[in-house]
Amino acid sequence: MTQATSNNKFDSGLGLDVVFPSPRQIMRQRMIHHKGFIVGGVMVLLIFLMAIFAPAIAPHDPFHQDLSIRMIPPVWNENGTWNYPLGTDNLGRDYLSRLVYGCRISLLIGFSCMMIAAVIGAILGLTAGYFGGTVDMVVSFIITVRLALPAVLVAIAVVALIGGSMKIVILVLGCLIWDRFAVILRATTKQIRAIDYVQAAQAAGCSVLRVIVLEIMPNLFNSIVIVATLEIGRAILLEAALSFLGMGVQPPTPSWGLMISEGKDLMLFNPYLVTIPGVALFILVLGMNLFGDGLRDVTSPEGRS
Amino acid sequence: MTTLLEVQELNVDLHLPAGTLHAVRGVSFNVQKGETLSLVGESGCGKSMTALAVMDLLPRAATRNAKILKFEGQDLISADENAMATIRGSGMAMIFQEPMTSLDPCYTVGNQLVEAIREHQSMTLKEARERAVFLLEKVGITGSSSRLKQYPHQLSGGLRQRIMIAMGLMCGPSFIIADEPTTALDVTIQAQILALLKSIQKEFNMGLILITHDLGVVARMADRVAVMYCGQIVETGNIREIFENPLHPYTKGLMECIPIPGKTKPGQELGSIPGIVPTPIGDLWGCSFRNRCNLSEPRCADKDMPLTELWPGRAYRCVTAFNKVEPLSGEELVCPKMY
Amino acid sequence: MLIYTLKRLGLAVLVTVSVSFVSFMLIRVSGDPAIALAGEGASQEEIEFVRVQYGFDRPLIVQYIEWAGRALHGDLGESPYLNQPVAGMLKERMGVTMTLGVSALTFAMVLSIPLGVLAAIRPNTWIDRIALAISVMGQAMPSFWFGLIMIIFFGVHLRWLPISGSDTWKHFLMPTVALGYYATPAIMRLVRSGMLEVLASDHIRTARAKGLRWPKILFKHALRNAIIPVVAVAAVQLGFMLGGSIVIESVFALNGLGNLAWVSIARSDLPVVQAIVLMLAIIYVFLTFVSDLINAFLDPRIRNV
Repeated sequence: MTQATSNNKFDSGLGLDVVFPSPRQIMRQRMIHHKGFIVGGVMVLLIFLMAIFAPAIAPHDPFHQDLSIRMIPPVWNENGTWNYPLGTDNLGRDYLSRLVYGCRISLLIGFSCMMIAAVIGAILGLTAGYFGGTVDMVVSFIITVRLALPAVLVAIAVVALIGGSMKIVILVLGCLIWDRFAVILRATTKQIRAIDYVQAAQAAGCSVLRVIVLEIMPNLFNSIVIVATLEIGRAILLEAALSFLGMGVQPPTPSWGLMISEGKDLMLFNPYLVTIPGVALFILVLGMNLFGDGLRDVTSPEGRS
Repeated sequence: MTTLLEVQELNVDLHLPAGTLHAVRGVSFNVQKGETLSLVGESGCGKSMTALAVMDLLPRAATRNAKILKFEGQDLISADENAMATIRGSGMAMIFQEPMTSLDPCYTVGNQLVEAIREHQSMTLKEARERAVFLLEKVGITGSSSRLKQYPHQLSGGLRQRIMIAMGLMCGPSFIIADEPTTALDVTIQAQILALLKSIQKEFNMGLILITHDLGVVARMADRVAVMYCGQIVETGNIREIFENPLHPYTKGLMECIPIPGKTKPGQELGSIPGIVPTPIGDLWGCSFRNRCNLSEPRCADKDMPLTELWPGRAYRCVTAFNKVEPLSGEELVCPKMY
Repeated sequence: MLIYTLKRLGLAVLVTVSVSFVSFMLIRVSGDPAIALAGEGASQEEIEFVRVQYGFDRPLIVQYIEWAGRALHGDLGESPYLNQPVAGMLKERMGVTMTLGVSALTFAMVLSIPLGVLAAIRPNTWIDRIALAISVMGQAMPSFWFGLIMIIFFGVHLRWLPISGSDTWKHFLMPTVALGYYATPAIMRLVRSGMLEVLASDHIRTARAKGLRWPKILFKHALRNAIIPVVAVAAVQLGFMLGGSIVIESVFALNGLGNLAWVSIARSDLPVVQAIVLMLAIIYVFLTFVSDLINAFLDPRIRNV
């Protein structure tokens, strides 16, 4: 008998020396070649850095009002000045500084909402997926009821009644957008639960908690991260919509949604007041989504392309 | 006898991230009217790809080329999708391995039976339905007019495979490719379906390519056999020659793996072929079986291993083919010395 | 089929009851409705008077049953702010919101289904890239900001379209696009992935093997199978769009339910807010019920469960 060794002349030419890449190598390859993943990742990273180093980047105090310099247009306008690269708003605050600090608000709200949503969604999804039967029916019913509630409207109403503050906005949004976590984790848990090794663990007498924490949770990690990035984007957009309607975070907080709202009345002659924070929102959410979608493609065996 | 299908030097390449997989390499064969050719081999040896290449139903990632690919004298290489659709519907039919997923879940059996024939021939719905009922009865389905109104999920696997066969027969093809038609079915149903295929083939004098890994099925069904390994035909011959006098070490290995009534003694261990099947990716040369063959010698790795034709219809791909082999004659079985 | 319909109907009723309860509770527990109704600067006696007059002093569950019982008879209470019956106010505004919602959904479907199908037939070509770009952008773009940008461009610069009001079909064009674009990515992705999956399936191979031609394969077999999950998502999206109309209606000053909700929230007109939340939830439940029925019609496997 001759066994395959790749440098033996006798065994070459059989295709035996083809080295199949390991799953990790495949993943790394896919990551490098996935444009959306790279672009999204870089965008998110840059925005993160911007949020962390906001005091160093912002040229001025975002809250400092000076009516003598109000409504200076951005630098690409003929009346613009490099002193205020993105101009000033109607209270004479530096727009760039507000923008830079605003991304702290957006990220903070996005992350906190996502965390609350993840905890609620994960608990519901895991229990439904793991126990099935009546528990599953009840949880599915709760999800349906949640979906039937118009999220934006309820959020606005509740925030309006309790009073807008960052904490309230985070809490309300977090308690409203857990549905996708629950739906996806329920489905994934169901799948994993049916796999032999989980059943083996159950048969071996492992406790429910042990099976969930040690056998199922590690396999949910991918799904959780993917949903999380997409949910951050969703939360940021919702916060912006709330603030835009004046029922979110309150002035003078430099929230991007609020900036659009404040600029709305003046946008006919100063469109930059609306376009600039909008583009910032767009880029942030775009980065998050590209990153999340990319992550899904890269980690799932049957990804896009 | 007239040649229905002529295939020469057929190649199929699958373009995978790890490299180009040569799924089918230089496969040549003919099928005559009324004849059954069986393609045998392990899974992944390229038999299904061969069939799909003939039908031009290859998956997106695959490309095919061939020297000659003719059906009833018509060139299939240059045929466009439209011309192929006409041939597929009325000339060649294919029966697939998975009866559970091969029917559209959204439409009734009757709907799916009549749609092809109405596309190819001017036929009223009533006539088409009558033909469907006729064929369903032919494939042994009783109460067939009520079956027409049923959906695939309401039927068992065996019934679905019968319907697949009836569907293939709808336009009166002269040629059928059956790709592992019984693999997904219970053993008892398998026998029924095979008998059915055989009788229908006789009745309509059709050409049949039967793809299987099951030598038992081959023995019951085939007139001629082509054994495939690693994308190549390694041995061809008529059924008796293959079973009684296998020449290629791989075919011999296969034969030792199955019990033969009357020959295999109780308690006797069946054979197995050691080693792993190579993956035909990248540059390939020499005999593909040499890493598993107990007769391998240095010249097996030398160059392309040709398919040596001993006499018309009998060939094998091995260095031992330089030794002389006599054809089987009469009742007497000649076992040539090969080494 | 009858059993299936009855089951779905039962579920729909159950969800409606739960949703009405949740929306009632949400708004009640978010703040003291008596204080909100009495208005700012009301004395303690005035607040107590309001509390007793509106029955806020009784147990919540009693209040809910009473409210729900009256709602069943079409009596949604009276707006304390305008002294008008709420039902009449809703009826007046409903048309605008429904027009907006339905036209937005139509826009989304007309854009996303052909693009999704084309992208699936020709994956990794320019048409696929365009579809991807449209869907990625739609996911990241705040709809209210998209609306504002359109106002600046089409309304102010080009003067093609009116920027506010709901008098003619022209008034609905921009809101339709802004709202519809929001639903486009979800539908398009689903159509694309569904078509890709179906086109690679065994029964499509069977259809090709029996000599069907592409148009028939595509429209009869592939699309029918791929569209089944789309129906459910379209219903959900329409529900979301009606809920999200609050933002778009305020941007374009459309006189619909969303606008009414916003105004009512701002002036603490609780019965109106409650009724709108309930209304939207019922519409959502109704839509999902209808989509269930459509799916049962499309997919015999559901019908015969």
